[in-house]
Amino acid sequence: MSSLFSFKMPEHGFFVTGEPMIYMADVLIVLVTLGIIFVLTYFKKWRWLWDEWLTTVDHKRIGIMYIISALLMLFRGGVDALLMRTQLAWPGLNFLNAQHYDEIFTTHGTIMILFMAMPFIVGLMNVAVPLQIGARDVAFPELNAVSFWLFFAGAMLFNISFVIGGSPDAGWTSYTPLAGNELDPGPGENYYLLGLQIAGIGTLMTGINFLVTIIKMRAPGMTLMKMPLFTWSTLITSVIIIFAFPVLTVALALLTIDRLFGAHFFTVTAGGMPMMWANLFWIWGHPEVYIVILPAFGIFSEVISTFARKRLFGYRAMVYSMVAISALSFIVWLHHFFTMGQGPWINSFFGVSTMLIAIPTGVKVFNWLLTLHKGRIEFTQPMLWALAFIPSFLIGGVTGVMLAAVPADYQYHNSYFLISHFHYVLIGGTVFGCFAGLTYWWPKMFGHKLDERLGKWAFWVFNIGFHLCFIPMYLVGLQGMTRRIYTYPAETGWGPINMVETIGAFIMGIGFLIFCYCVYYSARFGERDVTGDAWDGRTLEWSLSSPAPHYNFAHIPKVEALDAWWHMKKEKGKKKEKPEPYKPIHMPNNTGMPIVMSAFMFVAGFGFVFEWYLLAIGGLIGVLLCMLWRSFNDYDSHHYVSVEEIKKHEMAS
Amino acid sequence: MAAISEKATSSGPLEYSTEEGSLKIFGFWIFLGAEIVLFATLFATYLVLHGQTAGGPTSKELFEVRDFMIETLLLLTSSFTCGLAVLEMRKGNKKGYMAWMAITLLLGLGFLGMEIREFVTYVSEGAGLSRSAFLSGFFILVGTHGAHVSLGVLWILCVMAQIAKRGFTPMTARKAFITGLYWHFLDVVWIFIFTAVYLTGVVT
Amino acid sequence: MEQTQHHSPKHHIIGFIWSLLLTFAALWVTLKAPIPVGLRLTIIVILAIFQFVVQLVYFMHISEGDSKVFQIINLLYGIFVAVATVAGSIWIMLYNTM
Repeated sequence: MSSLFSFKMPEHGFFVTGEPMIYMADVLIVLVTLGIIFVLTYFKKWRWLWDEWLTTVDHKRIGIMYIISALLMLFRGGVDALLMRTQLAWPGLNFLNAQHYDEIFTTHGTIMILFMAMPFIVGLMNVAVPLQIGARDVAFPELNAVSFWLFFAGAMLFNISFVIGGSPDAGWTSYTPLAGNELDPGPGENYYLLGLQIAGIGTLMTGINFLVTIIKMRAPGMTLMKMPLFTWSTLITSVIIIFAFPVLTVALALLTIDRLFGAHFFTVTAGGMPMMWANLFWIWGHPEVYIVILPAFGIFSEVISTFARKRLFGYRAMVYSMVAISALSFIVWLHHFFTMGQGPWINSFFGVSTMLIAIPTGVKVFNWLLTLHKGRIEFTQPMLWALAFIPSFLIGGVTGVMLAAVPADYQYHNSYFLISHFHYVLIGGTVFGCFAGLTYWWPKMFGHKLDERLGKWAFWVFNIGFHLCFIPMYLVGLQGMTRRIYTYPAETGWGPINMVETIGAFIMGIGFLIFCYCVYYSARFGERDVTGDAWDGRTLEWSLSSPAPHYNFAHIPKVEALDAWWHMKKEKGKKKEKPEPYKPIHMPNNTGMPIVMSAFMFVAGFGFVFEWYLLAIGGLIGVLLCMLWRSFNDYDSHHYVSVEEIKKHEMAS
Repeated sequence: MAAISEKATSSGPLEYSTEEGSLKIFGFWIFLGAEIVLFATLFATYLVLHGQTAGGPTSKELFEVRDFMIETLLLLTSSFTCGLAVLEMRKGNKKGYMAWMAITLLLGLGFLGMEIREFVTYVSEGAGLSRSAFLSGFFILVGTHGAHVSLGVLWILCVMAQIAKRGFTPMTARKAFITGLYWHFLDVVWIFIFTAVYLTGVVT
Repeated sequence: MEQTQHHSPKHHIIGFIWSLLLTFAALWVTLKAPIPVGLRLTIIVILAIFQFVVQLVYFMHISEGDSKVFQIINLLYGIFVAVATVAGSIWIMLYNTM
């Protein structure tokens, strides 16, 4: 541990140098930043940005900010992927050197899981869940803003690593002793540890927030078994977040203490146990997989039921299977390191518990298929993503069961077979789910639909690219190609297959670009959603105007059945009710505390990354002061929306 | 909290009387669930590394029964007095709350003093964080609990200042109740440290 | 009924006495009980669990609030994950011989 007042520089300098690509990135970062500042100043939008977005506590806006961040991170992680695929396209290339390749597969994995999939999912939860349960906001709106800004601070901290100080390079799992201070000194791994730590704390708060929201703030009449399935999946996901993320918090903290303060948790010397890191990492890591997949299951359930124009088949079985998955997710973690050298009893136990997960998952697949059976299926964009998910996830799932067979895993592990397996579940499951959810709720978020023609182009191009990229990976994996190698000799014969994969990857990239163009095109020319019920939906969010007013519901709805809005629409003609008079609505004020506190957290994180303890402690004191300020000043943080304002909004829609 | 009417439910304690209060207390219970897992992970690490002394001092050589018993009794008693403080709060007795809570804090500070002394002694004997994996596990598990207690002292002081100024309102009562929950929870964690670290440490 | 109970310090005093008894019982078992070490450790873990319950019931009012069922489910789930983490880690890390 260095002294408090030393500001030592990393071995390779403060800024990363020597790579033309990084210099280009530097220039781009400066230009984009200047561009944003210019546009905001020229159009006098600073005030608007601060008042309407940066200080907002409205769950719908926080959701949109999450999704924008997620799409940016998808772009960054996608560029990383394409750089890797370019390097691997042909044997013996030297487009990236070994070190640079290590850095890129590390940032690709970390960003895609923690800074793309997580915020995308959390963003969709924010957009939809309070509306689905007939609530006016989440339980703790200010905490919700804190969650978002902590995630954002963590993501930014992680992302600046490639231009300042150097990227982490020990893989997204950051296994010790490789990630320890002896073998990997410097800021790179610290960025990983601190970036994830800060974002992870935000995620834990999100879990608590949504659990309380769903348990305590449902509209009258909405019993647990009348909740929409996306809400159910959010509830279960929240439970998993609450009990899995503390493990990550501790694991990251212990490795940080090892690296910065000379402890011996995961070191090779002084009795440390490097394998303990793998153990702790996956106690969190496996539930994490379900955190990103269960909400996607929820989205598919909504989308398939809506566009098959049928009630979901086997609603209760869907719920129970998610509960079962959540419990099982905590007792399977060892399957990520079967080959670490445990005895047969341990491996058998975890192999069997892993295979058990296939049962509730299979139940869900059959329920989706039976919902489609005899439905009047409409092939809209969200539905296409949902339909493409089923076969993709099946392939990913079946290969997962193959990997769970311990003796066979000794052959498959660490190969491209594994890589393809988890990309099939994470892209085929989570990413398809995110796109299904995004296109499904887009009208609710922005008041217009995404253009169907362009959206379908994006879907087909992305899908063709996806299978072209990953099906060959199973084959090349079985042929023996291992993960995390930066090149391979021509004699292996893996060249042509890798070329196909690379072509597939670039086609996926084109699909993403078409999607981006679709967003732009639709904003200008897309079909406006005037009814608020763009898809003839079944759940309560479609009973509101698009976009929903900031207080959501002028009257809290009374729920009588599953698919509450569908039920109301059917009953509408039968009984006439006098509209009740509006009452003033109690809403929380906007606040700048979350973004200020997260900025301090960023400073503290940066201080720890460079082991500049004065800066780190300063940042932490700032965080503490924010909390104290909040504790003494939360007595009048609410206001009332007047009846006139409600009338104005409700008349307009 | 958002958009929630401030309607007071007819009966029941003040801290539960608004929907906001009831949401936050429930939310805090959920947070305690997460804290259980946080400490469980630290316990798991400590127990796995307990034998990894790397030729350095073992738990049997370090732990003093008298010292950790005093720490335990201080914290147990503070949990009791904290309970009495919340009881006074429910009776609306501000003075009683302040008095019992002040005693709670003094006991808490006494505990912290003992713990700091214990740590300083170990470090001066050459048994610091970096000596062995066992000691890394020990300092971080017990130290994390100590950090929680310190934060608790600071937090409770803030809440006491707010109650001194505003008296018992649904909001201050909720804060008092939640800090009470937190304090009791820290006692629960200590019970497991007492059992799994100290008692276990002196026999194996 | 619960209400009146919580308005008297008797409830808390009983809880305090219980927690003292359990603490000293654990100390006695550890230092003086004429039984093998494994059994001693098992007993003190059980005593700690009782101590946990005492805190929950007598001091923390676990059974209050309008969501007490969820509070308890949440706690049990936390304990499940805690036990899986501690027991699983010990099993994997210390009993991992072929």
